[in-house]
Amino acid sequence: MVNFVAQIGRVVLAFLEEIGRLSLFTKNAMFAGMLPPFYLRQVFDQLVRIGYNSLPVVGLTAFFTGGVLALQIYIGGSRFNAESVVPSIVSLAITRELGPVLAGLMVAGRVAAAIAAELGTMRVTEQIDALTTLSTNPYRYLVMPRLMAAVITLPILVLIGDIIGVMGSYIVATTSLGFNSGAFIRNMVDFLEVRDVVSGLIKAGVFGFIIALMGCYHGFNSRGGAQGVGRATTNAVVSAAILILAANYALTNMLFSE
Amino acid sequence: MAEQPHIELKDVRKSFGPKHVLNGINLAVDRGHSLVVIGGSGTGKSVMLKCILGLLEPDSGSITIGGKSVVGLRGAERDQLMRRFGMLFQGAALFDSIPVWENVAFGLIQGQKMARAEAKDVAFAKLGQVGLTAEVGELYPAELSGGMQKRVGLARAIAADPEIIFFDEPTTGLDPIMADVINDLIVSCVKQLGATTVSITHDMASARKIADDIAMIYKGEIIWQGAADTIDESGNDHVEQFIHGRADGPIQMDVLRP
Repeated sequence: MVNFVAQIGRVVLAFLEEIGRLSLFTKNAMFAGMLPPFYLRQVFDQLVRIGYNSLPVVGLTAFFTGGVLALQIYIGGSRFNAESVVPSIVSLAITRELGPVLAGLMVAGRVAAAIAAELGTMRVTEQIDALTTLSTNPYRYLVMPRLMAAVITLPILVLIGDIIGVMGSYIVATTSLGFNSGAFIRNMVDFLEVRDVVSGLIKAGVFGFIIALMGCYHGFNSRGGAQGVGRATTNAVVSAAILILAANYALTNMLFSE
Repeated sequence: MAEQPHIELKDVRKSFGPKHVLNGINLAVDRGHSLVVIGGSGTGKSVMLKCILGLLEPDSGSITIGGKSVVGLRGAERDQLMRRFGMLFQGAALFDSIPVWENVAFGLIQGQKMARAEAKDVAFAKLGQVGLTAEVGELYPAELSGGMQKRVGLARAIAADPEIIFFDEPTTGLDPIMADVINDLIVSCVKQLGATTVSITHDMASARKIADDIAMIYKGEIIWQGAADTIDESGNDHVEQFIHGRADGPIQMDVLRP
């Protein structure tokens, strides 16, 4: 019995310790990153690697999701004789929810893993220590550019994903569900509000922060050679995905409760 | 009054959890001298070096450089101090995402804001000093052999003309001939700069070649220190055992004997 309680205590303590470490890491990154010098080259590099290179993944995900949504909502709608809701519901679902969340999860898989593996390898080969000895703050040089790039590019990726997703549903609706092209677009434009899109983009910015932070945090704290880097990579992706889903709930609550 | 030591450690202690790694290190290095700290694996050599460098903070004790305490320095003061240091890491710790010359010039470009073209000239001059051609400067670190990487690491360590240079196992993992080449380069580069150096190694051939003074660390304490040419008459059983590489003696390895 005592053992059991001790076990719970240990888990809780470890959890709190992790939160403390993560908070300190975030604080260090923010404080160091606010001060000059700013490494614009690094930021640009990361914009390309995190943003531009994620376009195919995000685009394909959005396209197929849009298509499948059109099919499912058509089936659901037809049971109430309300097939005409397809354009409005698809666009709402994509801009508010599926665009940011799916893009976030896909980019988490790509980018959080890549960042954790890169920084983890730099940690175990002492490259991060080497940065410090060359008068370069590793938080400023490595972490801040990645955070900035992810926060900037995720909303752009999601906006592009939104457009491609709606296009996917448009193609499915007009080719196999018998929608009239003009009616589809009019219906969608009439229902969609600016805040639907904007709230999705705000979410995307937060998800971008989570992705880069988890990649950097786990990479920075990796220990013990190849296995340690592998563990850091897995942890980065899993924790980023879970935090994205949790943050999504919190944000939806905040942005839509009035 | 005798000249003040360039680097001085007094009763430096450091523990990781229940593990006491440094148990009160006392050490002094005179300006322009080369101190080599010898000792087996896991005796606290690397931790001591990282404490002097400021990569780790000691739990207690004082570390002074040029009479000024350096424990707990942060921000701009830490950067200032780092500019006076050069460090050659055990695995060279070159940045694999940038070419060799940029590695050498890194501290000049990022740390001291030197123009890239000017820094490139300095980098090639330093590469020449360690016997590497301009073609090597354009390669990436992954394309170099271990010995060449070490030499690039040495060029990077001396690039900013530091007044103190640290060497972490400079010859580990190299063949005996390349090890001797590195030793020669260390001696000549250091002489040229007139720098104070602290090296850690378990390679006695290397220690004899580059040291003015030798200190032996055992279980987190300095158990012997003296001029390099007196090490054969140290009268210390631990030192005797170490320099002759005997398995039997006062130092017992945690090895299960059959």
